[in-house]
Amino acid sequence: MKKEKLVWMYRMMLLIRRFEERAAQMYGMQKIGGFCHLYIGQEATGVGTVAAMRPEDYLISAYRDHGHILAKGSDPKAVMAELYGKGTGISKGKGGSMHLFDIEKRYLGGHGIVAGQIPLATGVGFAIKYREEDGVVVVSFGEGAVHQGAFHESLNLAKLWKLPVIYLIENNRYGMGTPLERASAVWDLSQKACSYDMARDTVDGMDVLAVYDVMEKAVNRARKESEPTLIEARTYRFRGHSMSDPVHSHYRTREEVEDQKLKDPLKGFQEKLLKDKVLTKEDIKEIESETKRIVLDSVDFAEKSAEPELDSRFEDVYV
Amino acid sequence: MATSTYLEAINQALFEEMERDESVFLLGEDIGIYGGAFKVTKGLYKAFGGDRVIDTPISESAIIGSAIGAAITGLRPVAEMQFADFITVGFNQLVANAATLYYRHNIPVPMVVRAPSGGGIRGGPFHSRNPEAWFFHQPGLKIVAPATARDAKGLLKSSIRDNNPVIYFEHKYLYRRVKEELPKEEIVVPLGKANISREGDDVTVITYGAMVFECLDAAKKLFEEHDISAQVIDLRTLQPLDMELILQSVQKTSRVVIVHEASLSGGIGAEIAARISEKAFEYLDAPVKRIASLDTPTPFSPILENEFMPNAEKIYNAILEIMKF
Ligand SMILES: Cc1ncc(C[n+]2csc(CCOP(=O)(O)OP(=O)(O)O)c2C)c(N)n1
Repeated sequence: MKKEKLVWMYRMMLLIRRFEERAAQMYGMQKIGGFCHLYIGQEATGVGTVAAMRPEDYLISAYRDHGHILAKGSDPKAVMAELYGKGTGISKGKGGSMHLFDIEKRYLGGHGIVAGQIPLATGVGFAIKYREEDGVVVVSFGEGAVHQGAFHESLNLAKLWKLPVIYLIENNRYGMGTPLERASAVWDLSQKACSYDMARDTVDGMDVLAVYDVMEKAVNRARKESEPTLIEARTYRFRGHSMSDPVHSHYRTREEVEDQKLKDPLKGFQEKLLKDKVLTKEDIKEIESETKRIVLDSVDFAEKSAEPELDSRFEDVYV
Repeated sequence: MATSTYLEAINQALFEEMERDESVFLLGEDIGIYGGAFKVTKGLYKAFGGDRVIDTPISESAIIGSAIGAAITGLRPVAEMQFADFITVGFNQLVANAATLYYRHNIPVPMVVRAPSGGGIRGGPFHSRNPEAWFFHQPGLKIVAPATARDAKGLLKSSIRDNNPVIYFEHKYLYRRVKEELPKEEIVVPLGKANISREGDDVTVITYGAMVFECLDAAKKLFEEHDISAQVIDLRTLQPLDMELILQSVQKTSRVVIVHEASLSGGIGAEIAARISEKAFEYLDAPVKRIASLDTPTPFSPILENEFMPNAEKIYNAILEIMKF
C-alpha cells in the first residue's frame, strides 16, 4: 500500500480519537448536551472502511457517527459546532451529535433510530444501479441493529436486485448494556448473509489494514459485479454506550475493558508504522501536534459560533 | 409516607403488580441486568429474575408483537420502549393487531406499552417526541399520560389490570424532577378520569404530562398579577377522554386554553376543541385557544428547542389574550 494512504489512515484515526476526547471534555463542562456516543476504540473499522472507498462513494451510519463523518472528510469545525448545537454546525444545530450529515462528502448521516438507516442504503444502491453509475454505498450499524426487521428486509432486497451495497456490522459486543450473546441466537453474525445467499466476511475491526483488505474486496465486488456483501467487523468500544453511561458499569468488567485496551487500534497501528519505517518518531510527534491544532481550532470555532437564528426553527420542514 | 420520584413511583407500580399477579411480566431493551436506560426497572431483575424481567434484542416489532401473543393467551405483559420515539418500529403491531383484536374476535389484549416521551432533555429529533396523537386516531387503544408521581403509580397499576391494550406515556423530563410523598396504602387511579389540579372560575386550561406544571406556573402568576383564576385540568388519560369534566368546567368558565407538548396540528387538542365546539358552543365567550409545540421536528439546539416547546410564559400570554374577549 502507498505510504500516503497509510499516513492518511493514521492521521484520521488520531484525529477521531483526539476530536472525541476533546468533545467528551467539553461535554463534561456542559458545553455540549444531549446524547453523545463516542467511537473511541472503533476507529480502525471506520477508517479502514473509508480508505477502501472512493470519495464519491456513499457512507451511511448510525448515531455513533463522529468517526464516520470525519473519515469522509467533513470539516471538524462544522462537526464540533453541531455537537454544540450552533448555527454553523453541519446540520445547522438541528441534529446534534447523533444526526450529522454532509451531502457534499457523500456522508448520508447520522441516524438515531437503530437500524433505521439500513434500508436507506439499499435505496442508494438501487439509485446507483438505476443510473448505471459505478459507485458503491457502505452502511454501518452496530451488532444490535441486526435484530431489527429492517436489516433482514434490506439484505433480501439487495441480493434480489443485485445492488452495490456493503452492509457493515460494527460489532462492539454490546448494544447499550446487553452483550451480543444475550441478544443474538448466533455468535457468528456474518452467517446472516447465508439466508440471502449473499457474500460475507468477518474481520478484526481493531486492525485497520485488515478492515481495509476485506472492505476493498467487497467494494470491488459491488463496483464490478453489482453484488452486495455483509461484513462483520469485531471491535470494541472503550467508553460507555453514551456520555451518561460509565465506562464499565455492571454489564462488563473493568478487567475486560483494560484487556481490550491492550488491542488499542491506534497504538497498534502506530507501532506497526514505526516498525515498518513508514513514520519516524518525529513524524508521529508532528502529526500529534497538527491534530491537536485541528481539534482545538474546531473547539474554538464552535465556541465562537453564534447560536442558530431563532427563525431557523421554522425553516426546512418542507422543500 | 415516603418521598418518591415519578420514576420511583413507576418502579413501585411495576413491583407491586408483579408481586400481586404472576401473569405480569416485563420485556424490553436493557430493562433487566442494566436496569433500564433511565433506570426505571432498577432492582426488578433482582427481585423477580430473568424469566419475568426479560431483556430483549433491539426488535420493537417483535417486542410488541410477542407481548400481544402472550396477552391473548393469558399473560399480562408490560413492554418497554426505550424511548417513545422507537414505538414507530412496532407501529403495525400496535395499530393493526393490538388495537383491533377485540373488535375482530372478542379477544381481550391485556397489555401495556410503556413509552418514555417528551422533550426538554436536548434529545433532538428522535429522542424527544410525544407521539400520542398517532394512537389517539386508532380506536381500540387506551392512552395514559400521568404528570404526578401519585398518578404515575396509580395509573400504571390500573393500566396493567385493564383488559385493553394501554399505551402509557411516561414523561422522561419528569422522572427525577417530580417528587411527592406517597402513602403506604395502595394507590389505584382509574383510567378515563381527569383531575382538577387547580380550581378556578375564569378560564379552563386543559393539559397533561409535563405541561401540567407549566400551566400551574402560569395560573399562579395570572392569579397573582391579574386576579385571573384559571382552572387547570390534568387529563391523565387521553383515551378515553373525560369529556364530562371538561364540559362541566367549560360551562363554568366559558373560556378554554388547551396545552400540550405534542405538535399542534392533528394533536389531541384539536379533537378536544372540536368536541367543545360541538357540545358547549353556546357557553363559549371566546374562541378555544391551543398552545402546543411547533409543527416541525424537534430541533437539537437548546435555544431552538426552548422556542419549539410550550412553556409557562406562552401559556400565560395565551390566557391573557383569551381573557380579552
Ligand atoms: C429502534 C431503536 N430502539 C432502541 C434504541 C435505543 N438505543 C440506542 S443505541 C442502542 C444500542 C445499540 O447497539 P448497537 O446497534 O450494537 O450499536 P452501538 O451503540 O453498540 O454502536 C439502543 C438500544 C434506538 N435508538 N432505536
